[in-house]
Amino acid sequence: MKNFLFELKEGLFISLRAIKANKVRSVLTTLGIVIGVASVVLMSTAIKGINQSFQKGVSSLGSDNLYIDKWEWFNNDVPWWKIRNRKNLKMEDYEKYKERAKLPLASAPTVWTSQTVKYNQESVEFVFIQGTTHDYINTTNLSFTYGRFFNELESNGSRNVCVVGSEINKKLFPRDDGFEKTVEIKGIKFKIIGILEEQGSYIMGNFNPDNQVFVPINNIFKYYQSADSRSITINVRARNSQTVEDVKEEAIGIMRQVRGLKFDQPDDFSINQQEGLLTTINNTVGVIEVAGLLITGLSLFVGAIGIMNIMFVSVKERTKEIGIRKAIGAKRRTILGQFITESAIICLIGGLIGLIVAIIGVKIIEQYDFPVSLEFDAFILAVTISLLTGVISGFAPAFTAAKLDPVEALRYE
Amino acid sequence: MNIITIEHIAKIYQVGSEEVFALRDVSLKIDKNEYVAIMGPSGSGKTTLMNILGCLDTPTKGLYNFNGLNVSDMNDNELAQIRNREIGFVFQTFNLLPRSNALHNVELPLIYAGIKATERRERAIEAITHVGLLDRMTHKPNELSGGQRQRVAIARALVTRPSIILADEPTGNLDSKTGEDIMYLFNELHQAGNTIILVTHEESVAEHAARIIRVRDGLVEKDEQVLNRVIPVKRAANI
Repeated sequence: MKNFLFELKEGLFISLRAIKANKVRSVLTTLGIVIGVASVVLMSTAIKGINQSFQKGVSSLGSDNLYIDKWEWFNNDVPWWKIRNRKNLKMEDYEKYKERAKLPLASAPTVWTSQTVKYNQESVEFVFIQGTTHDYINTTNLSFTYGRFFNELESNGSRNVCVVGSEINKKLFPRDDGFEKTVEIKGIKFKIIGILEEQGSYIMGNFNPDNQVFVPINNIFKYYQSADSRSITINVRARNSQTVEDVKEEAIGIMRQVRGLKFDQPDDFSINQQEGLLTTINNTVGVIEVAGLLITGLSLFVGAIGIMNIMFVSVKERTKEIGIRKAIGAKRRTILGQFITESAIICLIGGLIGLIVAIIGVKIIEQYDFPVSLEFDAFILAVTISLLTGVISGFAPAFTAAKLDPVEALRYE
Repeated sequence: MNIITIEHIAKIYQVGSEEVFALRDVSLKIDKNEYVAIMGPSGSGKTTLMNILGCLDTPTKGLYNFNGLNVSDMNDNELAQIRNREIGFVFQTFNLLPRSNALHNVELPLIYAGIKATERRERAIEAITHVGLLDRMTHKPNELSGGQRQRVAIARALVTRPSIILADEPTGNLDSKTGEDIMYLFNELHQAGNTIILVTHEESVAEHAARIIRVRDGLVEKDEQVLNRVIPVKRAANI
């Protein structure tokens, strides 16, 4: 062991000297590894970021939530044309459900429309406007920077009040905030009575509350689309995760009654859950992960081939040197170790530079609000893969060097 | 006491379907503190003999006993160890590592011997002082003259305190005066108790030795003591 450490230390010095002696070549070779490691680290960071924001987005839906909808969100067990022929869910359905359901903590109907929101010169197009009731806030974990959600009175009275997400607030009021100001949604005036705290789950896009505006549900029917044209979704929150299944069973029972289904008819509605979303997301992230790492792994592989190539050249070029070293007593494994160490060091240096490049890249990407997550394990990842690459791609050239015949190597010019 | 005993050594190369004898049948004994020159024209087999004596190569047939060890059966690693501890090489083309300074070149065999840095440095400096290059030890080979390079090579050969010093045409790449200086150094080393084997094709160089072994066609042609040894003199101005 002591002997091994000694040889490692000496091998390190010898390698460093050789790398210093061939600066340009070492730099060019390192570049391949720099790019490889940087892209692998960046990719894995991005994937982690995407995954985390997905998870966050999903958990912002709440694990205790159910969504009664005409549409099946995640499974494709029922053919789409059958689903299309289902009757729309209407407010009457919700009201009956609310009346009969005993188990949920809260339930609220939602319907959405996409409109332009304006304040003076500023305007945001295609905003996801959610129509709902005062109960909605109890089916979510949303919290407020300013103000509150609309109350029962405002909801039932279809007052022109709205609650805006943090992004919308930022876009419409770049300098201050819009609390208690009046915005126009497709020409109709609404007073902002609440601004949501930032949720920060970017991936969800329009479905992110940050990008939404909430208004009393009847305003949607009054101003933007008729109550018949689009099916509503009923958001239901269970008291806790243990009762989710019971709430679901109860909901199926009530909805079948409400919809007047006979015992042999299949459900003409779907109960959607976060779990379904999670599975979908995990599958998606899984695919991204495999594809991403495959592509970046390829660039690392190219870098590794570069190293191997250069090490072969280096061995050939230094045949005489190897002969000299062998003549004065270097053993096979000493030579083997020397060249593997050399290639490992080149790769390690490349890996560390690649890591720095990746960190800079992450900082840049963060400016564009793309989710990334750089943690200490990126460092471990970079060091491990660069060392591994170095050892693996250095092995074959080093082995060639180690088994050179000293007599012939000495004669080589 | 014999340091080297070789008995009926042959080295055969397979070239196509033909067998080529580099050495046919050579037997030799070399004593401690001998000063031997191996002579022969090119193609005589003297280089092959030197490679075998230097444990760079193994004989196809025959027995090689070095200091009581049977070298003819050794594997690569054992040979490397023998070369490291028992043999100091001096080559015609010096064979220094071009990118390392003189001191590091001299240190190198000690690295392979597993000697610690402080002791290594001391011994390397001692050996460099011995060949008179203390003031040049941080120079790289291309910053040194031919004679100085050969001195560094000799220091490298000496630093492990080997049983024999094996010099292959050590003056071949030097002008005659510098060559004479190197031969003076060898004479000094011999007088200090070292065993020296000199491989050369020049009569004038071989005559510095006490014994000349003449090789021709893979056989020992003649093995004789030198009657009128040339004793080199130290020049006043040193290189």
